[in-house]
Amino acid sequence: MKPPPFGYHAPRTLGEALDVLAGTGEHGKVLAGGQSLIPLMNMRLAAPAHLVDINRLGGLAAVETGPDGVRVGALARHAQVERSAGAAAVQPLLRQALRLVAHPVIRNRGTAVGSLVHADPAAELPAVLALLGGSVRLARRGGTRDVAAGEFFTGPLESALRPGELAVSAFFPALPARSGTAFREVSRRHGDYALAGVAALVRLDGDLRVAEARAACVSAGPVPVVVDVTAACGAAPAGAADWEAAARAVRERIEPEDDIHATAHYRRHLTGVLAAQALREAARAAVEDAAGNAGNAGNAGNAGNTAGRAMGHGAGDAAENTAGRAMGRGAGDVVGRDGGTAGQEGAHG
Amino acid sequence: MTTRLFGEAVQRREDPRLLTGQGRYLDDLGAGALAAAFVRSPHAHAAVRDVDVSDALDVDGLVAIYTWEDLPERLAQPLPLLIPHPALTHGRTARPLARDRVRHVGEPVVMVVARDRYLAEDACALIRVDYEPLPAVVGAEEAVRGERLVHDDVPGNVGAHLVQSVPSAGGRGAAEEIAAAPHRLEFRLDIERSASMPLEGRGVYARWDADDASLRVYSSTQTSTSVRMALAAKLGLPLPKVEVIAPDVGGGFGVKIMHPWPEEVLVPWAAMLLGHEVKWTEDRREHFTASAHERAQVHSVRVGFDDDGRVLGLDVTILHDHGAYTPYGIIVPIITSTQLPGPYRLGAYRVEFSSVYTNTVQVTPYRGAGRPQAVFCMERTMDRIAAHLGLDRTAVRAANLIQPDEFPYDQGLTFQDGRPLIYDSGDYPESLRLLKELIGWDSFAAEQERAAAGGRRLGIGIGCYVEGTGVGPYEGGHVQITSDGRVHVSTGLTSQGQGHETAFAQIAATELGVPLERVSVVTGDTRRFGYAVGTFASRAAVMSGNAIALACRKVREKALRIAADALEADPGDLEITDGLVHVAGVPGASVPLATVAVLANPLRYAFDDEAARATQFAGASPPDRPPVAEGEEPGLEGRGYYSPIRSTFASGMHAAIVETDPLTAEIRILRYAVVHDCGNLVNPMIVEGQIHGGVAQGVGGALYERMVYDEHGQLLNASFMDFLMPYATEVPHVETAHLQTPSPLNPLGIKGAGEAGVIPVSAVIASAVEDAEGIPITKMPISPSELFDLRRAAGDPRAS
Ligand SMILES: Cc1cc2nc3c(=O)[nH]c(=O)nc-3n(C[C@H](O)[C@H](O)[C@H](O)COP(=O)(O)OP(=O)(O)OC[C@H]3O[C@@H](n4cnc5c(N)ncnc54)[C@H](O)[C@@H]3O)c2cc1C
Repeated sequence: MKPPPFGYHAPRTLGEALDVLAGTGEHGKVLAGGQSLIPLMNMRLAAPAHLVDINRLGGLAAVETGPDGVRVGALARHAQVERSAGAAAVQPLLRQALRLVAHPVIRNRGTAVGSLVHADPAAELPAVLALLGGSVRLARRGGTRDVAAGEFFTGPLESALRPGELAVSAFFPALPARSGTAFREVSRRHGDYALAGVAALVRLDGDLRVAEARAACVSAGPVPVVVDVTAACGAAPAGAADWEAAARAVRERIEPEDDIHATAHYRRHLTGVLAAQALREAARAAVEDAAGNAGNAGNAGNAGNTAGRAMGHGAGDAAENTAGRAMGRGAGDVVGRDGGTAGQEGAHG
Repeated sequence: MTTRLFGEAVQRREDPRLLTGQGRYLDDLGAGALAAAFVRSPHAHAAVRDVDVSDALDVDGLVAIYTWEDLPERLAQPLPLLIPHPALTHGRTARPLARDRVRHVGEPVVMVVARDRYLAEDACALIRVDYEPLPAVVGAEEAVRGERLVHDDVPGNVGAHLVQSVPSAGGRGAAEEIAAAPHRLEFRLDIERSASMPLEGRGVYARWDADDASLRVYSSTQTSTSVRMALAAKLGLPLPKVEVIAPDVGGGFGVKIMHPWPEEVLVPWAAMLLGHEVKWTEDRREHFTASAHERAQVHSVRVGFDDDGRVLGLDVTILHDHGAYTPYGIIVPIITSTQLPGPYRLGAYRVEFSSVYTNTVQVTPYRGAGRPQAVFCMERTMDRIAAHLGLDRTAVRAANLIQPDEFPYDQGLTFQDGRPLIYDSGDYPESLRLLKELIGWDSFAAEQERAAAGGRRLGIGIGCYVEGTGVGPYEGGHVQITSDGRVHVSTGLTSQGQGHETAFAQIAATELGVPLERVSVVTGDTRRFGYAVGTFASRAAVMSGNAIALACRKVREKALRIAADALEADPGDLEITDGLVHVAGVPGASVPLATVAVLANPLRYAFDDEAARATQFAGASPPDRPPVAEGEEPGLEGRGYYSPIRSTFASGMHAAIVETDPLTAEIRILRYAVVHDCGNLVNPMIVEGQIHGGVAQGVGGALYERMVYDEHGQLLNASFMDFLMPYATEVPHVETAHLQTPSPLNPLGIKGAGEAGVIPVSAVIASAVEDAEGIPITKMPISPSELFDLRRAAGDPRAS
């Protein structure tokens, strides 16, 4: 279990990194946290001729939160994003999901962006990005493009990243007003990749009826499977929505497979169970969110310090930034933007 | 001041070293050694037609490549079959490197030696072996059909077949008793493969000293003395020119009692040829595919019983999957066969096993060694009987238990050591009473009902076992007190982290009356002690513990004799406290053991103050007698061997409460209780640690671990990613209660404790899950996905 020989590059600037990647092309691989890549190399299942270690590009470690969402830099570790109160306030699903990723030691090294690029259909973050309609920003020598989640995950362990490209950041849109999220999964052991898992988002209208309900499923197909269950659960008040019908809709859409840990049949059943649980929990959170926003605006500051879901949605915050959030949301909203400028790179490099 | 340390919860003395990274494990040694790596078969079954090494020759740093053809005569032969048995009519072992056939994925074909392990693996990757794949035999049931053969000369793939029967008191056989019984049941029980999985894999590091023509080998082994003998034989060296040392060993659990492993002879051989140190450290993938597994067995049970659930006749047929070879004989199915009756007085018993070859990794004992399967069989049977009769499960057990006044109790079988299986002592009814109290057995039904009202499914389970421990033939101890007052204890038996340095020191300190800090213990170093068997079969405390005690008694007697001379007292009036020999009840009249050690050696150069001081006690040696009297030896030391007439039988009972999720089918252990009887406890904290670790492994076997082979004999989960050992998060808190029924067989009255924790866990969890679900559980391990399937088959509306 020793890797075959490889060339090692440790660029100190983003430009240098992109030059090396351009030079090595399909023979080059980015090394971020190494939590997926190094085991593959040790087992000689991956044999890149060149490793481009980005760990010295400190500028890529930022987690930037704004009213429209969270932008996570390529060197931000799972643990860093998990602990970011700002990120949790803008999009609580991030923390909810990251707590389920592996173990603390792995979260201390592994990166959120690395997890997206690795594109394991059993991983949590790809499902989160897909559910929220986020995007990944890819840089190459002389250009940058943003790829929407819907187009980014192309197959098991396959993404839209092309040779020569570096994923510099990922963008997770903010939680819309009167909304809640939840992540439920079952893994064989604590911290293992999930046998099945569901990320859910529920948005309520002004009358606190379900306006939008979606679930993203892990280990349910070659890529994260997002199912819109708004119609299935009926435009009912959050407490009376038919989450079992939603679960049935999820079960019909997914394509889980047999493996040595579980049958496809069990996974399908389990995904439905988890979908109902996650949607119900997300709806509860949405009701609380709505109540919090309608209620005491003075609590906004304190809310951000409370661990758990639905933090920091003070009334004023939501009211002022509705437009901004809307811009960042939805898979359709973010299209590929080829030919980004050096200025954009500079902002993240 | 008391120096009685035996029985106290002394902190483990090895832990500061082992827990702070100061341990010296195999791979911590030999920084300058060349590295060995192996080309291993990617096929479960294939003919080896050719090995082409030409591409590998260009690898920078390559030192040597060896194939079977390079091996000298003694090494080219199949490795020894360690434990032959008349029933093992077709024993087969592998050659260190494959000659013309490979019989499991992972079998070594080529050895490469290079400057470091990276380069060695690079060279391995460039060696081309021309294989002709052959159909693989996977699973005992396919093997026994005999359509394809693992070994061409083993018809039907059957390596061994053994029947043992014990008639009832009325002289009838099991079949007759079952036929005549008021109630009869018949069913099948399955257990899957798991493995020892020590966190440190195997490893060998060899140094050949050309000037001295001697070989020193460090091996991560459970038996350094036997590895030494194997090496001397296989390498044609005089025994005194070979020394083998087991350094700190990061767990063994059975897999390291197998010896010599191919690598264990090849690495020293290469070191001799190359005149350079060579080391090989097994990696995890190698450990999965090239060491040993255990547990897989299929059991067909027929039982006849009366209205109280008393077993009148039991007939068990076992199909044992032995993997590709039988280097360790058929110990595992023999133990299953003979330990199956457990704490019960059965009417008539008949057990038969067939041990079959498959194209998978060989089977050698793993902690518990066939007992988890035996207990699963017996305890599932008890539960079946209870269910059939509508009786409480503990009542059925109570009706069958051997009573305290029936010891010694002869089960009428022949145990693994070839001796009669006679239980020496125990109190099983008391054990059951304690367990029921500890877990709250009698109040559980109400708890279960309350939980059910809230939509929760709880279940309680129980499992009982008797474990033969401390098998012979012998173990030895050597004790020396030096003139600085230190006590040096050594035993040839090795350690793998169990706490021997502490437990053996407690025994020596108690026997000699010295403070614990003065005692040091060395294990598994053939430079210090040449005769030993090894650490396995819960035998270290029983065997080496008693041997050390006997050695200490010899030393003590000699010390008292010498001190009596010095103090002009009668040895019978002397005692030793805190390292001082003194006349009982007479303060002041004393001599330190350090001084006695000086007096014990007539060559009294005054190298230290102690020796100088000793002269005041030294009377002139009588001129008419030699300074060392006939039959005496200089020095204050002694050697003792303990060789038991037969094994001593520990016992225990476990219970668990589990919760199964009605929707997700997840299984959670809410409580786990253990009542354990290993006779006199040397150190209760160490015993509890052994139990906790054992239960953790048992939980692995019950709920997580399996070796998943596909039909081509590929192991699909050969990594810790997919072979699911439980983490701390999956292991429940273990509640323990001890019962101490001393063994009448050995001086210290102790029984073994090393394997106890793991033995009944699968039985207990199966019992509890069955109770929660109301569905018969006949196969272990059980996963949520499998529980879901069982629910579906049983028509559970929520499992659709
Ligand atoms: C024991 C264990 C358990 C785990 N359990 C889980 C789990 O439950 N859920 C889960 O989601 N993950 C799990 N992981 C994986 C973990 O989350 C990894 O951190 C993650 O998959 C990859 O992140 P990384 O930074 O370590 O990437 P690396 O291993 O460095 O890289 C992974 C892949 O992504 C590419 N890559 C990484 N960053 C970039 C970039 N910026 N631009 C272009 N390409 C890039 C690499 O070239 C490589 O192909 C587990 C890992 C281990 C070891």
